[in-house]
Amino acid sequence: MSKNNMSKEHKNYLTSIKKRNKTILITQIAVLILGLILWEIAAHFKWIDTFLTSYPSQIWRLFINYTKNGNLFHHIGISVFETVIGFMGGTLLGFVVAIGLWWSKFWARVFDPYLVMLNSLPKTALAPIIIIWVGAGYSGIIVTAISVSIIVTIMNMYESFVSVDEDLIKLLNTFGATKFQILKKVVLPSSIPALINTLKINIGLSWVGVIVGEFLVSKAGIGYLIVYGGQVFKLDLVMMSVFILAIISVLMYRIVAIIENKFNRW
Amino acid sequence: MKNVVVEINNIAMTYHSLEGETEAIRNIDLDIYEGEIVGIVGPSGCGKSTLLSIIAGLIKPTSGTVLIKGQKVSKSNRNIGYMFQKDQLLEWRNILQNVVLGLEIQGKLSSQHYEKAKNLLNNYGLGDFIYSYPSQLSGGMRQRVALIRTLILEPDFLLLDEPFSALDYQTRLAIADEIGVILKREGKTALLVTHDIAEAISLCDRIVILSKRPAIVKEIIDIELTCPEGRCTPLGRREAPEFRFYFNKIWKELDIHV
Ligand SMILES: Nc1ncnc2c1ncn2[C@@H]1O[C@H](COP(=O)(O)OP(=O)(O)O)[C@@H](O)[C@H]1O
Ligand SMILES: [Mg+2]
Repeated sequence: MSKNNMSKEHKNYLTSIKKRNKTILITQIAVLILGLILWEIAAHFKWIDTFLTSYPSQIWRLFINYTKNGNLFHHIGISVFETVIGFMGGTLLGFVVAIGLWWSKFWARVFDPYLVMLNSLPKTALAPIIIIWVGAGYSGIIVTAISVSIIVTIMNMYESFVSVDEDLIKLLNTFGATKFQILKKVVLPSSIPALINTLKINIGLSWVGVIVGEFLVSKAGIGYLIVYGGQVFKLDLVMMSVFILAIISVLMYRIVAIIENKFNRW
Repeated sequence: MKNVVVEINNIAMTYHSLEGETEAIRNIDLDIYEGEIVGIVGPSGCGKSTLLSIIAGLIKPTSGTVLIKGQKVSKSNRNIGYMFQKDQLLEWRNILQNVVLGLEIQGKLSSQHYEKAKNLLNNYGLGDFIYSYPSQLSGGMRQRVALIRTLILEPDFLLLDEPFSALDYQTRLAIADEIGVILKREGKTALLVTHDIAEAISLCDRIVILSKRPAIVKEIIDIELTCPEGRCTPLGRREAPEFRFYFNKIWKELDIHV
């Protein structure tokens, strides 16, 4: 429908929707600001113990300090690096294994109970072993991150691969398609939505792996800042790190959402 | 006598699974001649889809043989069009790309084929949708695209497994009519599975009635309808005086108890 022949009611309808969306956004921001103000006031009048909770202006001052001496970007850079590598490694490896399982029903059945077991196991319990085996540096942390996301990736992607309509595969067979062609032309493209969902889940999971890894061994990174801040009771440092973590995770999630929109053509 | 396109010789099929064995088809023997549309009706679960898969060479029968133009079906020589209840269009490909899928897989795709695909789409009223995506088309149009995807491969013959049953009633009448006209005009040989008796009579030259599982051929009925010259389309055939007679006959044979 073109804009010129839009009826008056429809115009009103659109403006009311826009207005409502705007109100919701403003309220969301207001809730955040109000929360911060309350926190600040409560700290100021000593209603809360600032030793345990810190307060916004103190966190902000610390943030400025850390940015000025460049320390903060060093820590963020390391954690983001570990997460991105872990995220890509876990997703890619899981994806490849899922293709292998789709290819061979035999191995899919052989590995099925192991996957179920690994999936229900809290992967972070493996972190100490992994770090001892792989090493206490970046590599140990990255492998921990991979171990957290790989199993979910395998299971989600395999599930999606085998859910392709049987008649569709039949159709491809009447064309004389090879197994590889079926994979390439139908199975992989129809699994793109599942892949995007897996990417979204894996961002969070990779961060879990990295933070746990950093808790255990690191000398730098956001996880290190949190542990260090906790040990010396510098709660402003802990709070700042958590805020930064939240913001970076959201940013990474947004990037995946942008990729998703690219595929939303159909 | 016309040429035989498909010879189905004493086909039997038993499925084996851990729960036991299912005898789907006991014995089916049938010849299909060039240019005819043969309908298959039978209770659901009696083995109709199984029969089609066997004819297409996708599964091996327990016993019996299928010859297409005198040759045993095999992976390398089969040239069979298959249509399903769902159109099975790939949502991420536009209409043109969907139509050439078979050629692409067979490694035959050339610029001439693209021209041919566009011509077919134009002829069948889809000229404006060549670069659209399947989600932008109605159910009837999508099924028409599925037909073109099949016809562009110039198959020796077509297997249609309840191709209209996912459509709403009005679209179904219109598309069945249209596809019937196309098949006759192109002189195609086809085997059509349907559970709609009226649809079978209006489209087919012969109707094979199968028993309930394990399937055997209960009866084969030749359909001869008198319809006014130039109105012998599937919709026109529904108005023929003999239509009711065939309907009742098939209904009785199917012996449906609810
Ligand atoms: N792959 C299979 N394994 C075991 N049994 C099957 C399989 N496919 C179909 N059957 C059984 O064979 C019978 C015939 O199925 P089908 O040919 O799909 O029937 P129709 O198309 O006539 O409804 C059904 O009882 C069905 O459960
Ligand atoms: Mg069926």
